[in-house]
Amino acid sequence: MSTETVVDTSEPDVQSSIVNDFSIQIATINGSGSQSSNSVLMRAIFQMGVPVSGKNLFPSNIQGLPTWFTIRASKHSYVARNRDIDMLIAMNPQTAREDVQSLNPGATVVYEQSLGLDNVRDDLIFYPVPFGELAKDVIHEPRLRKLLANMIYVGVVGHLLSIEREEIQHAISKQFKAKAKAVELNVKAIDVGFEYAKENLKKADALRIERMDETAGKILIDGNAAGALGAMFAGVTVVTWYPITPSSSLVESLIQYMKEHRIDKETGKATFAVVQAEDELAAIGMVLGAAWAGARSLTSTSGPGISLMSEFVGLGYFAEIPAVIWDIQRVGPSTGLPTRTAQGDILSTYLLSHGDTKHILLFPSSAQECFEFGGTSFDLAERFQTPVFVMSDLDLGMNIWMSDPFAYPEQPIDRGKVLDADQLEKVSDWGRYKDVDGDGIPYRTLPGTKHARAAYFTRGSGHNAEAEYTERPDDYVKLIDRLQRKFDTARKHVPAPVIDIEDGAEIGIIAYGSTHWAIVESRDQLRNENDLMASYMRLRALPFNDALEAFVDQYERVYVVEQNHDAQVMQLIKLELAHRPELLKKLHSILNYDGHPIDARSVTEKLLARESERPSA
Amino acid sequence: MATTAPPTAPSKKVNRLGLTQASYKGKPSTLCKGCGHDSISSQLVKAFYEYGVEPYRVAKLSGIGCSSKTPAYWLSQSHGFNAVHGRMPSVATGSVLANRDLIAVGVSGDGDTASIGIGQFVHLLRRNLPIVYIVENNGVYGLTKGQFSATADLGSKLKTGVVNDLPAIDLCGLAVELGATYVARSFAGDPKQVVTLLKGAFGHNGTAFLDIISPCVTFNNHAGSTKSYTWGKENEELIQEVDFVPFFEDIDIEYEEGETANVELHDGSHIILKKIKRDYDPTDRRTALELLLDSGEKQQFLTGLIYVDTKKPTLIELLNMVDEPLATLPLDRIRPPQSALLEIMEALR
Repeated sequence: MSTETVVDTSEPDVQSSIVNDFSIQIATINGSGSQSSNSVLMRAIFQMGVPVSGKNLFPSNIQGLPTWFTIRASKHSYVARNRDIDMLIAMNPQTAREDVQSLNPGATVVYEQSLGLDNVRDDLIFYPVPFGELAKDVIHEPRLRKLLANMIYVGVVGHLLSIEREEIQHAISKQFKAKAKAVELNVKAIDVGFEYAKENLKKADALRIERMDETAGKILIDGNAAGALGAMFAGVTVVTWYPITPSSSLVESLIQYMKEHRIDKETGKATFAVVQAEDELAAIGMVLGAAWAGARSLTSTSGPGISLMSEFVGLGYFAEIPAVIWDIQRVGPSTGLPTRTAQGDILSTYLLSHGDTKHILLFPSSAQECFEFGGTSFDLAERFQTPVFVMSDLDLGMNIWMSDPFAYPEQPIDRGKVLDADQLEKVSDWGRYKDVDGDGIPYRTLPGTKHARAAYFTRGSGHNAEAEYTERPDDYVKLIDRLQRKFDTARKHVPAPVIDIEDGAEIGIIAYGSTHWAIVESRDQLRNENDLMASYMRLRALPFNDALEAFVDQYERVYVVEQNHDAQVMQLIKLELAHRPELLKKLHSILNYDGHPIDARSVTEKLLARESERPSA
Repeated sequence: MATTAPPTAPSKKVNRLGLTQASYKGKPSTLCKGCGHDSISSQLVKAFYEYGVEPYRVAKLSGIGCSSKTPAYWLSQSHGFNAVHGRMPSVATGSVLANRDLIAVGVSGDGDTASIGIGQFVHLLRRNLPIVYIVENNGVYGLTKGQFSATADLGSKLKTGVVNDLPAIDLCGLAVELGATYVARSFAGDPKQVVTLLKGAFGHNGTAFLDIISPCVTFNNHAGSTKSYTWGKENEELIQEVDFVPFFEDIDIEYEEGETANVELHDGSHIILKKIKRDYDPTDRRTALELLLDSGEKQQFLTGLIYVDTKKPTLIELLNMVDEPLATLPLDRIRPPQSALLEIMEALR
């Protein structure tokens, strides 16, 4: 055990300190309770006013396989994953040596002393801590001891990084809420860590957390919970689902929130129905049945579920039934890397099903937008009477994000073109699939409407404007052409891209979804380190609108950054701009498809490499 | 405001809502002449008329197949939904969740329910969804020209001479075992019984499952078939004689002590069961399963009310939903107030 004297960490060497701008990686064993410790550490830094982000890199396993959690503190508010780790907490014997080998020279390692890691490399700073032994002193019950060993590291790191003990204690209270006993035990574990570090570790690294004021008023939330809140405040009434990582927590959050806020005060009854379906086919069938009967209904799934929903989604498209489907994307297929992130379902979802189908896709890039699109998706689905997909991903959905608090939706909801009995009475020649307004969107009635002319028979594509059975070629052509008209109308109604023009920019960047945060940081790197200005268009939906062509037209080179191998959105951009072949040559792809959330440094390096390849002017 | 069509002439016979039987009709059938399904459609029209169902309250749901086309042939004044193959149960579940006031009537076939859709079927049963679920069971795939379905009896023969060497799935057995609360088997060639059992199903709250043997005149009505008119007529054996007394009429049937059982349904209607040969208690699940196992082994064709449970909670009751349809709740009841969002945000700080 180290017996070196204590250094007072409250007076750092300002010259060499790295303050509020580094990443910590905690390597543990899945199922060892490290999630609570990681959340507490992250929250404590957040409460000190320092912007943070957390990424959970976990296996498809309940207990026993290695798992990593990275916490990034960033005074610049960068929240994308940081590729480079400054401090490693090595708690897992299975991966400890490889984890240490992967660090950059000069990095810091806090490790379980019995792992004897300090002989692995001589260019790192090592802090051995006998976590197992220390935990024995705190608690005698073996199961709890394991959990608390993880909380002890929070105390050790707290001391090393100068995180205020009170903020850690506060974070513990938040984490364990009303469970007084748990709070007490965990605080005790923190103190053991603090004490040990104070007595035994000599500060040799430069990393420090210092109080800032960048997180006041902000919240910490995962994208799935944000999406659930968005749906609840948009008046969702029927929710059906089949559990699948990484989407399950969306519905699970929704159930919790709905139980709290959507039970009728007077009667104690629910203003919603949630059904765990037997599979994704049933989940989407229930959504379509409910929406056909007028409910705001949603389901949430991931890639394999989307595949299973394919047939029904086609029916929804042709029969013109609203549906909201969240796709929390992950690496495909069903077996493989189900707990790793990707943006790999874009093409297959955009064209999901058989026949000439294409769909409205929304790309939220933040927790805030998950909340917002939770409502927008319903408005669009009901307005356009069609399935709408919200394309989130594992990184956005399951990781914890810092966000401004969500604004209460003041707008009334858009229930679309629905005729009730009174309105129907005033329309003498209503037909379910008539394009009365020229926008391709017909008027519908709901089952249960008390009017002799309200009823119609819903079937796939074999119907005319009056919803009568037909297989006539001209009727089918009319139907397909009207659906195209409707889709074109949607271009003007889906969330428009967000464009950030940089003065003097020669190049443009196009990205969408969770990739956004790496782009924000990469643009700063390009500007500050390479004097390269890049304008940025963040796509928020499909179908595209006119802004796409104008943006590509404006720049010499346009980089489309995505988290898939096949450059899926770039392929769609090329289709969209096919009438302007000269624009296609401007497009270049930057791709990340290793299952980890995309990071800024990789984007910057790939972009610069491509820039340097071109012949000098 | 116009509602359902009033009777056109006072001389015409009308039901308790003032509607003629013609008000319950649909488009002309496009099925083969003599199809068992058309007979069932006629009995549906009659049952709706006699019971006095408001057409606007009915949701007609179906999957894919000859049977699933039939909802177009009755109740033109009701919304209908022809879904995808084997998936009617989920669409029905969704629509009933959205609007609990709807009277869901699902029509399926033996291919649609016993093969491609068996997954959704068993889960619908398990949930005891309020629905009248009819299987028009002919033992073959009609639209794809005569392949065996999973309800074809062991040893029965296709027109081509192919013999079925797999045991039949007994849908009534599944229904009783997995949670349906009104289970009956009938025969399209026995319209009186079909109409009575249908009316009983209308009065029931929960999953009412009717397995109606409905001969396919084109592909499965030959000698060697156990789903033909001839076979049915020769082999049908009634479990009991079934009578239905709607809630709006008094019971004036005379019966002898011990010879009949009277089941009061959810809406106050009554099913009167008159003993024929056997003592049979359709409220006992074990008895029902035993009867089905026994008759299955002997390849007997028993028809009548097999099982009824008027107490088991439905999915709607289990979900403790508000009394009004969810679909049309006003915004102030489905969007929590601003204070709720502020409270949630505060907890996330």
